Amino acid sequence: MMLDDFMTRAALAGIGTALAAAPLGCFVVWRRMAYFGDATAHAAILGVALSLAFSLPVFAGAMAVALVMATIVSTISGRGYAMDTLLGVMAHSALAFGLVGVTFLSGVRIDLMAYLFGDILSVSRADLAVIWCGAALVIALIVWRWNALLTATLNEGLARAAGIDPWRERLVLTLALALVVAVAIKVVGVLLITALLIIPAATVRPLSATPERMGVLAALVAMASALAGLLASYRLDTPTGPTIVCVAALLFCLSSTLSGTRRPSM
Amino acid sequence: MRRTGTLVSAIDLTVRYGATTALEAVDLHVSAGEIVTIVGPNGSGKSTLVGAILGGVPLSGGRIERAPGLRIGYVPQRLVLDPTLPMNVERFLSLPRRVTAARARDALERAGVPGIGKRQMSALSGGQFQRALLARAILEEPDLLILDEATAGLDQPGSAAFYRRIDEVRSETGCGVLMISHDLHVVMSTSDRVICLNGHVCCEGTPEVVANAPDYRRLFGDGTRGALALYRHHHDHSHTHDHGPGHGHGHHHGHDHGSPAPRDAAE
Repeated sequence: MMLDDFMTRAALAGIGTALAAAPLGCFVVWRRMAYFGDATAHAAILGVALSLAFSLPVFAGAMAVALVMATIVSTISGRGYAMDTLLGVMAHSALAFGLVGVTFLSGVRIDLMAYLFGDILSVSRADLAVIWCGAALVIALIVWRWNALLTATLNEGLARAAGIDPWRERLVLTLALALVVAVAIKVVGVLLITALLIIPAATVRPLSATPERMGVLAALVAMASALAGLLASYRLDTPTGPTIVCVAALLFCLSSTLSGTRRPSM
Repeated sequence: MRRTGTLVSAIDLTVRYGATTALEAVDLHVSAGEIVTIVGPNGSGKSTLVGAILGGVPLSGGRIERAPGLRIGYVPQRLVLDPTLPMNVERFLSLPRRVTAARARDALERAGVPGIGKRQMSALSGGQFQRALLARAILEEPDLLILDEATAGLDQPGSAAFYRRIDEVRSETGCGVLMISHDLHVVMSTSDRVICLNGHVCCEGTPEVVANAPDYRRLFGDGTRGALALYRHHHDHSHTHDHGPGHGHGHHHGHDHGSPAPRDAAE
């Protein structure tokens, strides 16, 4: 294999992120939270700016601001008015404020592109440890709460009747989302995190009869996209994060085309 | 296993949304083995009341008392399955607690839809869908079954059949049933007690009593006379004949509503 050491680290980072993002992405798709993911991810760039300004670890800063944003959005979404517009406003303002914030940092030279689109080839051992710890935490959270999350996603009354608090389950998702955002910045960057969440889930929907199958298949597709994207970007000398998303998108087209001819409706 | 006595009580319940009062000083209780139906026009607070009993609505006054360890089986009014969420019937029955394949089969049979376990929820007809919801609720081994407009999408024969199943489940398990319904005819023929709600409890009692109450007539108009007539017709029939062709009962229905002998409405 052509895998140098940095390629091995990049591959491991990609696998870790994919494993955490894809099952969570299923819930993002089922609950129609794509914009929610965008707002959370875009807010992370503000976290990056803040952590650089105060010399804090980027992971912690991004995670904290993403969590704050996710909590705000989650609280507002309970009210249910003009959600689409409101989330759009928040997602893009967070991004804009983050970008403006970064330019105010004097004396710090940062590679903005690395945070916007990821820089998987520069993943260090420490980064890898953070990514895998974060991913493990997300996977543990989702596996532990799986049935409760699923019930609450289906119907709040159904959840309450069974003694499940839908509000608490939403909090679990919010927390998991903030973690995934923090983990995925290094891999695909804040602009493409939502893609990593929802494209694999959407790709495997036609192949799934149960939510569990969809979660597992989505993780596999996400991993395959990460690895294939990494290799392709190495061969073609293209930016890695976007290449990973391109591979995922091509798989989505393939699955949609195939299922479109087989299945009358979704 | 079987409970007796009061399962759930709402006491002096008041719910306000901002300046709007959805429920005012509502008292309600459901005991084991009885079928209580809430009727009321749109916006009368029926769904709010069910939400409050389930614990999802903040109370402005009063309280909800549940029997300790009460198990609730809930059949929602509408379950919107996002098309992106794959869910076959078997999997649905295991939410939120895993059940064995044998128990799932049994529940589907009792709900009147045997053999649909492998089908996608989205591929079911309206009647099958509601029965799958009922099967899941039965699997919770509920002390109290709550149905929120569970027959909203069904035609008359469909909802009548659905309510017969509810009645059978009640007889088999001894659970209490609290339901909301628009379907006055069916309400009248299956309920032990009817509560007419319009922000507050307008009137309450056996189907006969409620149907003759002036408050109830004011809310529902003259159409209810027909419903009552049908009720009597159906009621009489159920004492003299079997329920109908192809409806083999292995047991007698508890059709004694504890109501006084039918008396004619004072004209």
